[in-house]
Amino acid sequence: MDLLLVIYVLLFPGFLFLLAYGFLLQYLDRKIAARMQARVGPPLLQPVADFIKMLGKEVIDPAGVDRAAFDAAPLMALAAVMTAFLYIPIVGESPFAFQGDLVLVLYLLTLPTIALFLLGWLSRNVFSSVGGVRAVTMLFIYEVPFFLALLMPALMAGSWSISEIAGWQQEHGWFALLQPIGFVVGLIGLQAKLERQPFDIPEAETEIVAGPWTELTGRRLALMHLTMQVMLVAGSGLIAALFLGGPLLPWNISPAWLATIAGFLMFLGKTLLILVILASLKVATGRIRIDQLNDIGWKYLASATILQVGIVLLMDYIRVGT
Amino acid sequence: MPEVVLPIGPQHPALKEPVNFKVIVDGETIVGLELDVSYTHRGIEKAAEQRDFIRVIPLLERVCGICSHAHAQAFCTGIEEIMHLEVPPRAQYLRTIVAELERMHSHILWLGVAAHVVGFNTLFMWTWRDRETTQDILEEMTGNRMNYGMNEVGGVRRDLKPGQISSILSRLPKLEEQIGKYVGMVRGEETMLLRFRGIGKLSKAEALKYGTVGPTARASGVDYDIRRDDPSIAYAEVPWKVVTDTSGDVYGRTLVRIGELQESLGIIRYCLEHLPEGKIGIPAPKVAPRGEILSRYEAPRGELVHFIRTNDTDRVERLDIRTPTLANWTSVTVSLVNQNIADIPVIVAAIDPCLSCTSRITILSERGRRTAEMTWAQLVDHGQRFYRKWGRS
Repeated sequence: MDLLLVIYVLLFPGFLFLLAYGFLLQYLDRKIAARMQARVGPPLLQPVADFIKMLGKEVIDPAGVDRAAFDAAPLMALAAVMTAFLYIPIVGESPFAFQGDLVLVLYLLTLPTIALFLLGWLSRNVFSSVGGVRAVTMLFIYEVPFFLALLMPALMAGSWSISEIAGWQQEHGWFALLQPIGFVVGLIGLQAKLERQPFDIPEAETEIVAGPWTELTGRRLALMHLTMQVMLVAGSGLIAALFLGGPLLPWNISPAWLATIAGFLMFLGKTLLILVILASLKVATGRIRIDQLNDIGWKYLASATILQVGIVLLMDYIRVGT
Repeated sequence: MPEVVLPIGPQHPALKEPVNFKVIVDGETIVGLELDVSYTHRGIEKAAEQRDFIRVIPLLERVCGICSHAHAQAFCTGIEEIMHLEVPPRAQYLRTIVAELERMHSHILWLGVAAHVVGFNTLFMWTWRDRETTQDILEEMTGNRMNYGMNEVGGVRRDLKPGQISSILSRLPKLEEQIGKYVGMVRGEETMLLRFRGIGKLSKAEALKYGTVGPTARASGVDYDIRRDDPSIAYAEVPWKVVTDTSGDVYGRTLVRIGELQESLGIIRYCLEHLPEGKIGIPAPKVAPRGEILSRYEAPRGELVHFIRTNDTDRVERLDIRTPTLANWTSVTVSLVNQNIADIPVIVAAIDPCLSCTSRITILSERGRRTAEMTWAQLVDHGQRFYRKWGRS
């Protein structure tokens, strides 16, 4: 059992699979976007090549920077998202599942944004500090609707465990159909969390160079890119588990090994579907301004989510009442 | 956050050419702006005085990479007027075709850049793909994608064969269709509307006060276009209309440019279909009589002015070029105040700045650390001392 657990964490479907799948998703993301924009796009191994090349590049310390903290922030962010991934059901229930792992995962997925803010603050660079402040400002805008939207399945399923919520949908149907507003808000929130268009405000190239990323070089930059890549996997896995039934099929498959393979394929299919939606959103939009995001976030996203909360409470009331 | 000075440029991802803004921001809002434009002084005006009328045109085409034909055009029409040359109509039509193709490729390029600065890279990629059509046509007509080398004093250097005309005409409908798509995207794409509407407002009174020209002025409701108000080459014979808009913001400037794209396409089609027979140029005398002329031409970015003074020799005594960007700069500093940091690139891009054409001179302090300004009297004094020293050595 212990050996199996070690294999689960380190090899499959743990870190090794996570990194490989992260590179694959990044490749697909770039390729899909490129084809939509009438470009050729990168070859399959380009993300890996980029990563290795960046690891080998010189690490430059900006004058007067706190080196230890500057080195630690990307590591902290990467560790957080990789840990978050372990609680997401991939081939069946996660072996680490416990009541409340949903809250833990949401917390861990917030840490990269905090790391970016720290990096921006530590960089002693105007562009970086403005970008860091933007990252945190944006966090306050999208985080409330995002959290509310992702907690609604927990409310309806009566469980705070991601794996159990996924299991609940096996009997009752996908939350994407039961809570469509929450699903849409969840996807938009994920796009904002990943700082992709139209929410790439903190790293807006034409305005503030690269925001908090400006002073990152070499392995720091590589690790931060890897963090975002892993977050894409973890985030889309989370949405897939909460709203699309995760790795579980609506019916039971008899041999356990076949169920595992089917579950894994379901996971791949669903995360790829989410990726295609996110990539299309990226291609179809420009970057909005932070004050406009503030308006949109609080006026529409938050109101829509509160509406969803009301609907869920009403549905629960009717269900319990009858 | 307290007030922060945000340096933009001389090297910055939003800028294609060197310029420096010192933007004073309070949080995300701009409260003040200092502008420093001259980083690429190339001494073209002075160099133009050293070359005869044949050799000066390739030089003038290199004032600007994008509107190279416009500079050659303004110069040639000026010199021809001094020499009292009657240029054959076929040459004038060919000049018009190249000029409008140039306007089209410039405006399509601008649309892509404007989309890029608001992070809408899809439109950027699409426009630049379609811009290849105009570039291909220009290459077939003139031999070059840029710096066409088409104009000379007295006419043009290359003719169009009937086969070429029909080949160009057959490619125009596809381009027209694509431009129609851009109109739909600009009017309908929500994030672009959010970033373009109401940004960089410039009222008609302000546009006139700060002397803006071209699409920047026309978007503020100033109905002014040199092609109609002081027509040269074939513009008086071609049916077309001046595109204006009243909104005065970046959105209006986009609409004006897209409208001009459609007008330009019409002009090109008309000129190709009604191309007169005849010669494509007449031999020009080597020497121009003494005279002064202010030659104006509507470049893609606005009114381009060449002041030419000749003195019975084969070269100009003085050439002064006022590029449209120089006329539009002051309006940027006005329309930026009280806007958001995020809007700086959009507002700057909206005048379609062509910075290196604008640069005249920069004065550096001895150690090269600071730039300074000179008054007119100081400049004259400096010039006299410089040439006196030069003459002695």
